[in-house]
Amino acid sequence: MAYIKKVYTRFCLVIPFLFSSLTFTEDSDYNMKVGVTDVSQSIFDLHMLIFWICVGIGIIVFSIMFWSLWKYRKSKGAVAADFDDNFWLEIGWTVAATLVLVWMAVPSTQVMVEAYDDAEGEINILITGHQWKWHYEYLEDEVGFFSNLSTSQEQIDGEVPKGEFYLREVDEPLVIPTNTRVRFLITGNDVIHSWWVPDFAVKQDAIPGFINTAWTNVPEPGIFRGACTELCGIKHAFMPVVVRAVEREEFDAFIAEKVALAEEERMLTSKIWTKEELMARGESFYATNCAACHQASGQGIPPVFPSLVGSEITMFDSKRHIEILMEGVQGSAMAAFGESYSEVDIASVITYTRQAWSNGENGDGVIVTPQDIVAYKNRIDL
Amino acid sequence: MSTVVESHDHGHHGPAKGLSRWLFTTNHKDIGTLYLWFSFIMLFIGGAMAMVIRAELFQPGLQIVQPEFFNQMTTNHGLIMVFGVIMPAFVGLANWMLPMQIGAPDMALPRLNNLSFWLLPMAFGILISTLFMPEGGPNFGWTFYAPLSTTYAPSTVNFFIFSVHIMGVSSILGSINIITTIFNMRAPGMTLMKMPLFVWSWLITAYLLIAVMPVLAGVVTMMLMDINFGTSFFNAAGGGDPVLFQHVFWFFGHPEVYIMILPAFGIVSHIIETFSRKPIFGYSSMVYAMASIAILSFVVWAHHMFTVGMPLAGELFFMYSTMLIAIPTGVKVFNWVATMFRGSITFETPMLFSIAFVALFTIGGFSGLMLAIVPADFQYHDTYFVVAHFHYVLVPGALFGIIAGAYYWLPKWTGNMYDETLGKLHFWLTFISVNVTFFPMHFVGLAGMPRRYPDYALQFADFNALISVGAFMFGLTQLLFLFIVIKTIRSGKQAKPEVWEGAGDLGLEWTLTSPPPYHSFTVQPQVK
Ligand code: HEC
Ligand code: HEM
Ligand SMILES: [Cu+2]
Ligand SMILES: [Cu+2]
Repeated sequence: MAYIKKVYTRFCLVIPFLFSSLTFTEDSDYNMKVGVTDVSQSIFDLHMLIFWICVGIGIIVFSIMFWSLWKYRKSKGAVAADFDDNFWLEIGWTVAATLVLVWMAVPSTQVMVEAYDDAEGEINILITGHQWKWHYEYLEDEVGFFSNLSTSQEQIDGEVPKGEFYLREVDEPLVIPTNTRVRFLITGNDVIHSWWVPDFAVKQDAIPGFINTAWTNVPEPGIFRGACTELCGIKHAFMPVVVRAVEREEFDAFIAEKVALAEEERMLTSKIWTKEELMARGESFYATNCAACHQASGQGIPPVFPSLVGSEITMFDSKRHIEILMEGVQGSAMAAFGESYSEVDIASVITYTRQAWSNGENGDGVIVTPQDIVAYKNRIDL
Repeated sequence: MSTVVESHDHGHHGPAKGLSRWLFTTNHKDIGTLYLWFSFIMLFIGGAMAMVIRAELFQPGLQIVQPEFFNQMTTNHGLIMVFGVIMPAFVGLANWMLPMQIGAPDMALPRLNNLSFWLLPMAFGILISTLFMPEGGPNFGWTFYAPLSTTYAPSTVNFFIFSVHIMGVSSILGSINIITTIFNMRAPGMTLMKMPLFVWSWLITAYLLIAVMPVLAGVVTMMLMDINFGTSFFNAAGGGDPVLFQHVFWFFGHPEVYIMILPAFGIVSHIIETFSRKPIFGYSSMVYAMASIAILSFVVWAHHMFTVGMPLAGELFFMYSTMLIAIPTGVKVFNWVATMFRGSITFETPMLFSIAFVALFTIGGFSGLMLAIVPADFQYHDTYFVVAHFHYVLVPGALFGIIAGAYYWLPKWTGNMYDETLGKLHFWLTFISVNVTFFPMHFVGLAGMPRRYPDYALQFADFNALISVGAFMFGLTQLLFLFIVIKTIRSGKQAKPEVWEGAGDLGLEWTLTSPPPYHSFTVQPQVK
C-alpha cells in the first residue's frame, strides 16, 4: 500500500511536467536521451521536430473533431447537413499531408546520412553477443574480455535492497578513449542480440554470421549505460552494456595492462597446476559462466538444462567432457566455450565440475589440466 | 436436384437442437456467433497472460514468475491476441454481417465456413497445451526470430509450427469464402462502388490474407526443416541467414497488421455515419485509401528491421515508403472528422467507442510516423515506445472497433437493446484504463526501457507500477463487457428493425427484423 501511495504521489508530481515543454527539451527521465555525441544530439533534435509536427497536426485535427462533436450534437437541436464529398477539400488535405511528410523526410535523410558513416575507426572493437553477456575485443591490440552483469541474484530476488545501478552494472565495462573515432564491429555468437547505448544513439543487432558496424566519437569522459534490445532468451534483461569513456592516456594505460594480463595468461598455461588451484579458479569461472544454466547447485533446470551432478560425462568420460566444452553441443544452448576462453579456464572448470558436488566421490575424479586442453587443441588442429 | 434440396430445406427452418447445432452448423450467423465467442474466450485467456506480465512488472525484481515463464507469457499473449482474438473477431463479424449487408441468404461456401471455424479451437488447443508440457511453450516472442526459435527453441516449437499452419489454413479458407460471397452474392443493383464500407474493408483484407498467410506458412516450414531435417535456411553456421527469417516474417507481418485494422476502419465508418446522421464523407476516397494502404503494406516490411544492418539506400527506401502510408491513413481520419462536421450527433456506446477509436488510433498513427524516421528509430526500436505504438493501434484501434461493432449490431443480432447505462460505464472505464496503461509506455520507452524484459532498472519503477494498475483495471472492466453481452442476449428492450434512428437508409441489414431470420435474405432485395 505504501508503495502504491509513493508511486501515486510521485506520479502527481510528474503530471505538470508532462505538459511543460521543459520535459521535452532537457535530458529527462521521460524523454529520449539527448546523449553526448553529435549524432545522438542530431537524432534528439530530429525526434523533437517530428514530435512537435505530430502535436501540431493532432491539435488541428482533434480541435476540429471535438468542436464538431460539441457544436453539432443533436441534443442542442443540430440538424444534419447533406454533403458527402468535396473534391477540392480532399485534394487539399492530401497535398498538405504530402508536404508535411516531405518536411519530415528532408532532415531525417540528412541525419541518417550523418549516422551511417562507415569509415574505418582509429580504434576498432569487435563486440560479440553471447547468451547472456557481451564480449569485447580490441582488434588492434588483440586483447579481449567478457562483460557480465554484476548485480547479485539476491538483489534480483529481493533478498537484499537493490543498488543504485540495479541491472545496469557489469564486472568489466567496455573502455573507449574520448575524442577518437571508435568503430564497433558487432556480431552474435549464438542467437541475435542487440547492442544499445542510448547516449551514443548506437543500436545495432548482433547477428550470428554477420558483422554489423556502428561508430561513435565521445567528446567527454563518463560512464554510459545501455542494454540488450533483442530478445535472446531467459536472461535477455540481464546482460547490460556499460561503456566507460576515458582520456586517451588512461585508455592507453588500460590497454597496456590488458596486454600484460594476456601475456600472463599464456604463461599460466604452461605452469603445473595443483588440483586445489584448478578447483578455486574453476569455481569462480563456473559461477560466472555456467551457473546461469546449470545452476550453482549443478542440478540444472531439466529438461532444458541438464544436471551436471551424477551425469555419465561429468563422472566417467573426461574426453567427452573436454569435447563438449571445446566444441559445444550442436543444436543446443550449450556453447563452444573453448573458442573464447583460455586453456586454463576450460581445464579448471572441467576439473571443478568433476570434483564438485558428489561427482568427486562417485566418479573417477580425473583432473584435467591446461596441458590436456592444449593437447586436445593440437590433435584437432592436425 | 434443386427441388429435392429445397423441399428438404423447408422441412426445418430453424437451427438444429443441442450441441450438433454448433458442431455441424453451416449457417453464417451460427458460425459468426461461434467465432465471436471463441475470440471472446481467447481475449480472457490472452488477457490473463497480460495480467501475469503486468503483475511481474509491477515492481523491479523478480517476484511472481521466473524469466523462462515470463517469456512464455509474452509470446503466447501476443500470439493469442493477434491470431486468436482480433482476427477471429473480425471473421465473426464478417460472417454475421456480410450476407446481411449485401442482401444474401448466407455465405457462398457454408461447409467450408464450418471447417474454417473448427480448425481454430484445434490450433489454439495445441498451442496452449504446450504451456503444460515439461519444456514449456514457445518463449521466443510472437515474432519468433530465428535462431532463438529454431536451434535454441524448446522442442515444443514443433507444436507451435503445426498450430500456426492450422491457423493459416483457417484464415485462407475463410478469405476464399468471403471473396466468393462478395463477388457472387450481392443483391442486384449493388455495384462495387455501392458496397458498404465494411464489405469493402473485408474484401481488401481477404486478399491480404490470401497473399500473406502462405508466406507465414512458408517461414514456419523453413523453421521446421531447420529444426528437424538438417537444413540451414536460418542457421549461419550452415551457410544460412538469420536475417532472411526477418525479411520473410515481416513480409507477412506488416500486411498482417493491416489485416488487423482494415475491418475496424469499415465498422467505425458505419457507426460514425449512423450517429452523425449524415452519410460518410468521401466514400470513394475511403475505398481508395484502404486499397492503397493494402498495396503499400507490401513494400514497407523492413521498417521493423532498421537495426539489422541494411545498406543506407535500403533504410531510406523503407523510411519513405512507410511515411507514404501515413497519407491514406490521414485521409481516412480527415474523412471521419468531416463526417461528424455539421452532423446531428448523439453519443450512444458504439459512437463513444468510435470517437475514441479515431482519437487514439490517430495517436498510434503519430507514433508510427515517428518510428518510421530511421535515425530516430535507432533509439525507439525494441523499447516500450514500440509497445506503446502497437497497443495504441491494436487496443483502442482494432479492439475498440470490434467492441463498437458488437454494441452497434448486438440489438440486431439478439433483438434486444443492450443496457445503455452499463454500456457507457464500460466505455468510460475502458477509455480511462487504456490510456493509463498504454500512454506511460511512451515515456518508459523513450527513457530507455527495452521490451520483453521481465525485470528492469529502478528509474522505470514509477511508470511501470502505474501501467500495471491501469492494466488490471482494463482487464477487470472487460468482465463488465461480458456481463453486458450476456444480459443483452437474455433480456432487454425489444429492438426495432432499424434499431438506430435513421439507420434504415444506411444499409440492408437494417431492413431485416431484429433478430433477423435464420436465412437472412431468402429473396434478394433490389438496390437502387
Ligand atoms: C546457455 C546455457 C548453458 C550454459 C551457460 C552452459 N551450458 Fe552446459 N549445457 C547446456 C545445455 C542445453 C546442455 C545439453 C546439451 C545437449 O546435450 O543437448 C548442456 C550440456 C552440458 C554438459 C553435458 C552434460 C551431460 O551430461 O550431457 C556439460 C558437461 C556442460 N554442459 C558443462 C557446462 C559448463 C562447464 C559450462 C560453463 C562453462 C556450461 N555447461 C555452460 C546449456 C548451457
Ligand atoms: C501510420 C501508420 C503506421 C506506421 C507509419 C507504422 C510504423 C511502424 C513502425 C516503423 C514499426 C517498427 C518499429 C520498431 O520496431 O522499431 C511499427 C511496429 C508495429 N506496428 Fe505500426 N505503423 C502504423 C500503423 C500500424 C497499425 C494500423 C497497426 C496494427 C493495427 C500497427 C501494428 C504494429 C505492430 C504490431 C508493431 C510491432 C511489431 C513487433 O515488433 O512486435 N501499426 N509500426
Ligand atoms: Cu538480449
Ligand atoms: Cu509494420
